[in-house]
Amino acid sequence: MTASVPALDIRNLRVEYPLPDSDSFVAVKDLSLHIAPGEIHALVGESGAGKSTVGNAIMGLLDRPGRIAAGSISVAGKAVDITTGRAQGIRQGRDIGAIFQDPMTSLNPLFTVESQLSETLRFHLGLDRGKARARALELLRAVEIPDPERRLKHFPHQLSGGQRQRVVIAAALSCDPDLLVADEPTTALDVSVQATILELLRKLASERKLGVLLVTHNMGVVAQIADTVTIMQNGEMVESGPTREVLSQPRAPYARALIGAVPRMDRRLPRFPVPGDHDQAESEAQTKVLGDAKRDTGPAGTDDLLRVEDLSVVYGAGRLFGRGEPFKALDGASFSVRRGEIFGIVGESGSGKSTLAGCIAGLIKPTKGSMAFDGQSLGERRSKAMHRAVQMIFQDPYSSLNTRMRVGPAIQEPIDFFGLADRGRSATEDAKLLLQAVGLPVDAASRFPHAFSGGQRQRVSIARALASRPQLLICDEPTSALDVSVQARVLNLLKDLRDRTGLTILFISHDLSVVRQMCDRVAVMKNGRIVELGDAEALFDAPQDAYTRELISLIPTLDHLAAPAA
Amino acid sequence: MVGILISRLIQAITVMLTVTAIAFLMFRFVGDPVQLMSREDASVEEKEELRARLGLDQPVYVQYARFIGRVVQGDLGMSFRNQREVATLIAEKAPATLELVLIATTLSLLIGIPLGVYSALHPNGVLSRAIQGVSLVGISVPTFVTGILLILVFAVSFRLLPSFGRGQTVDLGWWTTGFLTWSGIKALILPGITLALYSLTLIMRLVRSEMIDILSTDYIRFARARGLPERYIIFRLALRNALLPVITVTGLQVGSLIAFAIVTETVFQWPGLGLLFMQAVIFVDIPVMTSYLLLVGLVFVTINTIVDLLYVVVDPRLRARAA
Repeated sequence: MTASVPALDIRNLRVEYPLPDSDSFVAVKDLSLHIAPGEIHALVGESGAGKSTVGNAIMGLLDRPGRIAAGSISVAGKAVDITTGRAQGIRQGRDIGAIFQDPMTSLNPLFTVESQLSETLRFHLGLDRGKARARALELLRAVEIPDPERRLKHFPHQLSGGQRQRVVIAAALSCDPDLLVADEPTTALDVSVQATILELLRKLASERKLGVLLVTHNMGVVAQIADTVTIMQNGEMVESGPTREVLSQPRAPYARALIGAVPRMDRRLPRFPVPGDHDQAESEAQTKVLGDAKRDTGPAGTDDLLRVEDLSVVYGAGRLFGRGEPFKALDGASFSVRRGEIFGIVGESGSGKSTLAGCIAGLIKPTKGSMAFDGQSLGERRSKAMHRAVQMIFQDPYSSLNTRMRVGPAIQEPIDFFGLADRGRSATEDAKLLLQAVGLPVDAASRFPHAFSGGQRQRVSIARALASRPQLLICDEPTSALDVSVQARVLNLLKDLRDRTGLTILFISHDLSVVRQMCDRVAVMKNGRIVELGDAEALFDAPQDAYTRELISLIPTLDHLAAPAA
Repeated sequence: MVGILISRLIQAITVMLTVTAIAFLMFRFVGDPVQLMSREDASVEEKEELRARLGLDQPVYVQYARFIGRVVQGDLGMSFRNQREVATLIAEKAPATLELVLIATTLSLLIGIPLGVYSALHPNGVLSRAIQGVSLVGISVPTFVTGILLILVFAVSFRLLPSFGRGQTVDLGWWTTGFLTWSGIKALILPGITLALYSLTLIMRLVRSEMIDILSTDYIRFARARGLPERYIIFRLALRNALLPVITVTGLQVGSLIAFAIVTETVFQWPGLGLLFMQAVIFVDIPVMTSYLLLVGLVFVTINTIVDLLYVVVDPRLRARAA
């Protein structure tokens, strides 16, 4: 790098969380980092790797009782006082700017954009109202928000996600810090927005000689904008170096596994390469418990299990005082899902994909159109058998399980409710087999949901959905809250279930690379309409619709790097 | 905004119509008014004549329409007990209750909000734990017990404050106030505290839990990451968000305080609406009871409408939804 003063220099950082029994949990161990001005350094790892802790430690925002136990930090050449266990003397907002993951929640809903931008300026630079306003306007221009004068008076809810993140970036950069800590800055955004925000970060870093510590779990993002990368596992650095080198020729086994688990955009693999993936007991349990289900699902074939015709959902029509246009969440969607296939629905937020899932699951009432399941009409009132046959798993495994209910009874509930335990096994045994089938230990049944990690919870959700032996499983963004390696395992599980039991899956996702890996056929949605529908391979290799092409082109991928040695 | 205003007004009118209907039915069917009003030895003809004079021979909907017509004009009928206009009676008694409620509400906001903020900032501090403990007592001990205890300590033992009545009041023509004389203010203290205790506790606990939630939100974290002063973060950025639900609860509390100050007013022999209602119940004074019902309905509807509109003013998200 250059001989200039580094934006950030961390040596042998150690962060500890004291535990009640005089021991302490080491969140970050012996980490050294060096970021030059204008450099974007990515800190990658899965949840619990300690990557966010590093960012918080630098900013003096460690959650108590966490403390910096050893090491040294200096920002733009100034050593940070860490003798008290917390970074002190750092002028937050002045020396270091920070942006967080969710732009929807990073801005205070009750204050205008101007107020939130200028408060920082007033406190740090002592600007008066007029000067602060002029500077705020300048900042909004720098982050390329259209119509900045008008935006000043807006409240956060009047801005889109991308615009909010731009305001957040503007606020973070308002006092010209030397270092920007960006914690998952684009994770909550749509691909097209993500691409523009990343571009903006790249540009601001180069123009302002800003060092950026980019904390992320997304390898595609790393490949797209980071100059250097550090991969962390369990609080320790596993590998570090220039991005191209690390991503194309990872040396450490963990780095190789992590990069291998990233769903690829360019070609389809039969399975995600996950170390220690195949489990004999797991597949036996699947065959045992779900073999029964196979009898119910009937033969896999080419006939349609689900047929959706001209389905529309319109909100806001016929309201007495509603003046706005009625909003079409779903606009004349027609398609059919074949028995035993994985049918993918992709689109950005607001494209209507979750509304569609809700309609099929019976959670949302369609305004018009018809649905047929296995030849029978799927209306508002459904028979018990129909409810049983269509099951759903949701995006957020943290809120979709009842926190007061042990996992075993939660899975047993549908078995008892639908009276499915009559085939020589008790419901309790069935529940245990199901847990085994989704790769969880048998003693999981007696634990509460909080005792599980995100990936394990999602497995519990899958087990619960499978308990009623459905024919159609609707998965609404089943892995978008999960780490890549966990995602890979959950997706492998869904694939196995399809292969072994002939389950039909409706797979909804915004992640095109995941969809390519999973689905046989894919529908692309935009503004409530299906713009393209076809075989997954054909659609990805030669997209017909302009929007599909755009979506595919915007995804940050590892493509320009050589294939990792698997 | 205009849309919200109109829809809120329509809702308010609907609720008030329902309340008048109930009040009307009560007036009509809890005993026969003719029987109640005429002498015991009145003849059938005399009774029929009275019935016709009161319009009670008309169909029910005509009577209801007339009743609403009278109520709208402010004619609430005559009190059976002291043969005076109910409207005048209420106008006489209302200031006492309203002043008491004003004091109680001010006390609970002025004390409840800072205590709530304090205990949110130091969730494990000794003082917050003490506040929490004492507030539990405040919320679980019935009003008449606290009232009597206060009387026992401050009026009987120490002889510092009066134990009943409003003290000296000043008549402003349309309003009698106790705020202008020393004895009037002294008389307000004990019943004010008694009445405030419950809503104070409620507001304190609400502010505490809201503040704890809000201090862990991303936008507060982001404000800290921008290095804004802690005082500014707590008292401007966080507190404003925390006060949103407090508006609702305070509104509802003011309503209940006005409507159900009965216990406190009885304990302190406070010459307000509650005492008026208590006496009406004892004497089966139906016009007063009916009017009280109407008044309580009106108070709740008005306060809730104001709260709804206030929300729109404070929370920009609602403004957008309305536009």
